[in-house]
Amino acid sequence: MIPAPHIEIEGLTVHYGAKPALRGVSFTVQRNEILAIIGPAQSGKTTLLRCLNRTLDHERHARVTGVIKVDNEDIRRTNNVYDLRRRIGMVAPLPVGLPLTIYDNVAFAPRMAGITDRAELEQRVERCLRQAALWDEVKDRLHTLGTKLSGGQQQRLTIARALSHDPEILCLDEFSIAIDPVTTMRIEDVLKELRARMTILLVTNLVQQARRLADRTAFLFNGELVELDATEKIFSETPRDRRTYDYTHGVFG
Amino acid sequence: MNAPTPNIFAATPLARKKQRREQLARAVFFTMALLLVVPLVLIVTYLVVQAWPVLSWEFLTTNPKRGMRAGGIWSALLGTFYLVGFSLLVAAPIGILAAVYLNEYAKDNWFTRIVNLAVINLAAVPSIVHALFGLGAFVIFFGLGKSILAASLTLAIMTMPVIIASTKEALAAVPQSFREACWNVGATRWQTIRHVVLPNSISGILTGVILQVSRAAGETAPIMFTGAVFFKAIEEGNLFAYGLRDQCMALSMHLFTISTQVPDVPHGLPFATAVVLLGTVLFINALAIILRVWLRSRKKW
Ligand SMILES: Nc1ncnc2c1ncn2[C@@H]1O[C@H](COP(=O)(O)OP(=O)(O)OP(=O)(O)O)[C@@H](O)[C@H]1O
Ligand SMILES: [Mg+2]
Repeated sequence: MIPAPHIEIEGLTVHYGAKPALRGVSFTVQRNEILAIIGPAQSGKTTLLRCLNRTLDHERHARVTGVIKVDNEDIRRTNNVYDLRRRIGMVAPLPVGLPLTIYDNVAFAPRMAGITDRAELEQRVERCLRQAALWDEVKDRLHTLGTKLSGGQQQRLTIARALSHDPEILCLDEFSIAIDPVTTMRIEDVLKELRARMTILLVTNLVQQARRLADRTAFLFNGELVELDATEKIFSETPRDRRTYDYTHGVFG
Repeated sequence: MNAPTPNIFAATPLARKKQRREQLARAVFFTMALLLVVPLVLIVTYLVVQAWPVLSWEFLTTNPKRGMRAGGIWSALLGTFYLVGFSLLVAAPIGILAAVYLNEYAKDNWFTRIVNLAVINLAAVPSIVHALFGLGAFVIFFGLGKSILAASLTLAIMTMPVIIASTKEALAAVPQSFREACWNVGATRWQTIRHVVLPNSISGILTGVILQVSRAAGETAPIMFTGAVFFKAIEEGNLFAYGLRDQCMALSMHLFTISTQVPDVPHGLPFATAVVLLGTVLFINALAIILRVWLRSRKKW
């Protein structure tokens, strides 16, 4: 018997004003799966992730239709979006260090969720910074500004922050564009460990990264889900759709 | 390869032209800055020199005497503090909170747009119009009579739109990505505002508010019809000499009175009054600058 999917998306359509960004996207994600999402610029990858944690609600001109279920609960109808967002960790493509210390950046989410116990906070901060492969570099200056870190370090700080509220789903939006290859590999190793505890949606344009990590890969093109299949199949010589082949083999200009 | 290599750093005609333009622009801006500062310094110097013989602690702490031809400005000084203080007490909280709502919560719909438009237009209304509104609304309709309360409320109405506009500006200067980062980890809007948006915009917000203090202290028209009187003697040295329903004197109006309405006022008196008014405003501005520098030193990006 197939276990119930962790995330279920059905006919998801998003318009910014009159302009469509996603057109009737449907797919499911299994628990503890790593799903890579690939697609050219403007294909709606970021929009998809923002629907999932409902931060798109804040976008004044965005209109969303369709159903998104997490654990069989329709998240577009839930009235506690803050709870929903605490179940999802989100890493944006460009690092956004909050203007706080490194420690406070990571402790922010737990504090907002009501955790005040110092020992517990400290332990969480250390764990998340370790998972983001940043601990060794910053352990001696936890109380200096997070915004003074290098670009790559800041990106890892945002990864630590995304893990700080123990999400069950982790969304990474091209997390490695500001990170060097060695650190990227370290984080990828962490992701492989984390998958035992969470479901991971990985937006990436690095074919090798998708291959190394993802169980399945979805190809988005122009707001349309062209194909979703086992990663090997998507990147093989014989994906089901011609456009997938063209994209993964660099035939599109 | 015998030809001498041209020096690649030699100035080309284009580079020289750019440099001349650069110098010209610099000179123009510098002249303008100078033109701005020189008259200011001249005015202040002139005022202080003329006022010097009259200025004293006693001048600040005694009421005007002998038909305002002698004595000090105590009742006017205290009146100005009351008017500005109470108007700020009303205008700043309402203005700041309204701006937070408009910038952080309001959806972009017709209602919000009308409110925004109204704010901009209200900020541009001349103070005499506010004065008439204050007279009609507070003095007559709400039955407050001519009083410190009515005059302060009129000043509050006058300054509020500008406070809203400047606060909105300060809030909008906080990068949107900070807010999104907070929302992404499940922070509510209020938590985001409280922990990230306000701490990073407070210096800009204060600047806007303080500028309105100067404006409220300097205006004559709005208080003339609503609560300020030509002359009123109060207990000297008592900071609580005015009640909210009393009428009061104010520096700006006192200056107007003694320089145009009363004959045979000693020469130094109006100048001294002007210096005190100017000094009060500068003092408040200086406080604001210190506060701002302190807040900015704690700003983290
Ligand atoms: N806030 C917004 N307001 C208006 N239009 C938007 C907004 N965000 C995205 N769009 C539009 O929606 C479409 C999809 O954008 P999206 O950011 O989801 O693409 P993407 O696949 O993440 O692209 P990239 O690989 O460049 O990050 C684009 O055409 C974009 O212009
Ligand atoms: Mg994107």
